[in-house]
Amino acid sequence: MNWLKITKRDNLNKKQETIIRTLAIVLSIVCSGLILVIFGLDPIRIFQSIIEGSLGTELRIQQTIIKAVPLTITALGILVAFKMKFWNIGGEGQIVMGALAAAFVALNFGNLPKPILLVLMAAAAMVAGGFWAFIPAIFKAKMGTNETIFTLMMNYVAIKFVTYLQYGPWMDPNANGFPKVAPFPENAILPTVLGIHAGWILAILCTVLIYFLMKSTKLGYEITVVGESYETARYAGMNINKIIVVAMLISGGLCGLVGMIQASAIEKTLVAGISSGYGFTAIITAWLARLNAVATLFVCLAFAMLIQGGAYLQLAMNVPSAVASVVEGTVLFFVLGSEFFLQYKVNIAGRPGKTTEKEVA
Amino acid sequence: MEAFLAACIVAGTPLVLATVGELITEKSGSLNLGVEGMMLMGAVMGFSAAYNTGSPLLAVLCAALAGGGGALIFALVTVTLRANQTVTGLTLTIFGTGFASFVGQPMIGFSVPKSVSVFFAKMSLPVLGDIPVLGPIFFRQDVFVYFAYAVVVLSCVYLYKTRLGLNMRAVGENAAAADASGIPVTLYKYAHIVAGGALCGLGGAYLALIRVPIWQSDVVTGRGWIAVALVIFAAWNPLKALVGAIFFGGLSILGLRLQAMGFSLSQYLVDMVPYVATVVIVVISSHRKKKENQPPADLGNNYFREER
Repeated sequence: MNWLKITKRDNLNKKQETIIRTLAIVLSIVCSGLILVIFGLDPIRIFQSIIEGSLGTELRIQQTIIKAVPLTITALGILVAFKMKFWNIGGEGQIVMGALAAAFVALNFGNLPKPILLVLMAAAAMVAGGFWAFIPAIFKAKMGTNETIFTLMMNYVAIKFVTYLQYGPWMDPNANGFPKVAPFPENAILPTVLGIHAGWILAILCTVLIYFLMKSTKLGYEITVVGESYETARYAGMNINKIIVVAMLISGGLCGLVGMIQASAIEKTLVAGISSGYGFTAIITAWLARLNAVATLFVCLAFAMLIQGGAYLQLAMNVPSAVASVVEGTVLFFVLGSEFFLQYKVNIAGRPGKTTEKEVA
Repeated sequence: MEAFLAACIVAGTPLVLATVGELITEKSGSLNLGVEGMMLMGAVMGFSAAYNTGSPLLAVLCAALAGGGGALIFALVTVTLRANQTVTGLTLTIFGTGFASFVGQPMIGFSVPKSVSVFFAKMSLPVLGDIPVLGPIFFRQDVFVYFAYAVVVLSCVYLYKTRLGLNMRAVGENAAAADASGIPVTLYKYAHIVAGGALCGLGGAYLALIRVPIWQSDVVTGRGWIAVALVIFAAWNPLKALVGAIFFGGLSILGLRLQAMGFSLSQYLVDMVPYVATVVIVVISSHRKKKENQPPADLGNNYFREER
């Protein structure tokens, strides 16, 4: 590799940065197109259908936004943890636990007035999601336990537990033997605003709140410092354990809120598969947005287009919707790889042998 | 009891392969969290090759290539392009999961062809299979299980008795020092990441070809992550990995056994046990502070020669 000269860039202007990033996205689309060709699909038609399926009609745009809501709020939660280099892979489980708590409130206190019931459901969901994130957080803080595996295992525990409830104690006796939890009462369903359930307002609200939390509060600053270096944080006299736990309560709480939104507005009951992969996709979107809250909102909208477009592909062209996750993965590989070119300058230098010859001559 | 222990071996074999694969990767200094994805890629490509060609050897080869291919992407992005290993590994899992359900969708419900299942039928090893108690448990299994034993033994020899293994551990402990002593760090990292990925792919193939010989898109269901946890549990030692993997294999079939014995436990609650046990193991491992139980010192750090 001597003919490649790699040097660290010290100053990269905005224009160059944009060019490299755009190039990465374009290359990733070309590359996923190639993968589609290998599998005998027409990439142009696939990409066209994804756009058509996500933005083609008013109804599809609404569907896209409905998918962007859980993705955005989860990604905001993940962002808070990742900023601290706490690898919270437990979004799925935190969503499921949130939905579980919301369902508990909805099914037991269905007589309460709607606004009170909804607020109670949201609060319960955030506490449950926060609690599910708190367990790995406290172990990480106290014992340095590997949080990646811990949070991930908590996903499976949560999903199995809700499956148990769904097939066991919470099974609706009126469902003719189907393993279903009873449907929520009318009071427990989120109202519709401008044709879409009110979750979209929450998503925008959370974006603004997390943006300010990270940019202009002491806690946001502390989270960033802990993420950069434990030593610096300790030297500055910060209480690292407390910061980890508080940040994870926020992270899990947001994911829990997603569980409440999905249970209330989409499923209108509790199902084990309620998180449908949002917890994982959110990791990608949060990272792609470089852990910036406002950017997260837009990246999540773009990925919601992919998800909605993927669902449309399955219906309209009989192509598995998993195509969308292959495209997602490819895009992220390229974006991850492109960071290198933002930090380093690569020059193709003449062969070192040649230059020495010249010098000799 | 004998039958149950023999079944533990079968249930543990995919974990053995994936755990040793991840162990080799980690020993060379890379933390590849894409095990779940590589196992799925191996599973789907192995099954697809088996289904389309009927050749067991091609199935195994394709599975190893698919797992190794996934790992190669990881190596390219983290070793050459120096991206964050955690996020890249997670991406590999998402990519692999999508890849498997995309490629596998048209094959859902198809079974492994007879020529392949016959090849992987159980066979008793001469002499060893006749040992009382141990024989039926360990040596009346399928070829894949024997291959997994071989992988464990060979990786022990490789890691602790060969020059290459020593060099490789040096890369994982301190890449800069290894580089200074003339070890080609990049080559070592690539080779071990890809070899580890190939083993993960084979672990996935075992699930799709032998454990559940009918294609279903969620064959791996978290075993990749359990493998990552088992590496910690095994303190980066292949022999301990074998024991841990068989133990976990046992946990994963415990529910069915208990039901068969007449215990009226909910299957879903028993299904939680391996995941809870993994958490317990990760917690216990984080508590141990013995020197020989520590991860390779350079694990998870990318190596920049220019920043030495």
